[in-house]
Amino acid sequence: MAKIYSKKKLVTIPMNPKKETISFLLNYSKAMSFIKVGNINIETIAN
Amino acid sequence: MANVQTPDALLVKNYVAGDENALSTLINRHQSKIYGFIYSKISDRDISDDIFQDTFIKVIKTLKSNSYNEEGKFLPWVMRIAHNLIIDHFRRNKKMPLFRETEEFSIFSIMSDNSLTIENQMISEQVEKDLKKIINELPDDQKEVLVMRIYQDLSFKEISELTGVSINTALGRMRYALMNLRKVIEKHQIILTN
Repeated sequence: MAKIYSKKKLVTIPMNPKKETISFLLNYSKAMSFIKVGNINIETIAN
Repeated sequence: MANVQTPDALLVKNYVAGDENALSTLINRHQSKIYGFIYSKISDRDISDDIFQDTFIKVIKTLKSNSYNEEGKFLPWVMRIAHNLIIDHFRRNKKMPLFRETEEFSIFSIMSDNSLTIENQMISEQVEKDLKKIINELPDDQKEVLVMRIYQDLSFKEISELTGVSINTALGRMRYALMNLRKVIEKHQIILTN
């Protein structure tokens, strides 16, 4: 059988952002909305 | 059974329609690729997190304001936003470089506190006191020129006008004042350094 010369692939841990960052984004998305006044979109953040 | 994945385009559509879970699915699906891309350019986890966050804030704003162009694919679009923010980061950083403390580099090697310590402050006050005493021992004409030049920061032209002597005389008096000061300091071995 032919020998495999290539090195064994190293296990790479996927790079992910912090949980806090994801949590912030999801909360931001829930709190954020646009109100349309005529032709203008007004951004609002609910507390 | 094959794992059927909801397409990005449908998730985007659902999110725009008000389904918040769709965003969560989109972030979970692509976070690794987007974050990995940012980190590959930035090499700093905290800054990469900031850029990741800013990227998705832009995504959320664009989608919620209905300005998203559905023609393109979701991931390449987000990657482009991240790419632009990375460029912005490097531009900003060029103007205001960020230094981080590492084993080889300490921020204190380029930063120092120039204010005097209490001990040095006391020494400095003592030196000033000694110097004033010696200056008071100088002949009046020399003392006058020296005080005007050093403490009042007047030019020799101004000194000559105020004292009513020529510039050369004022210069000569200054020269003698300094020579006399040096003589007294050497003779009494006064240390006037901090």
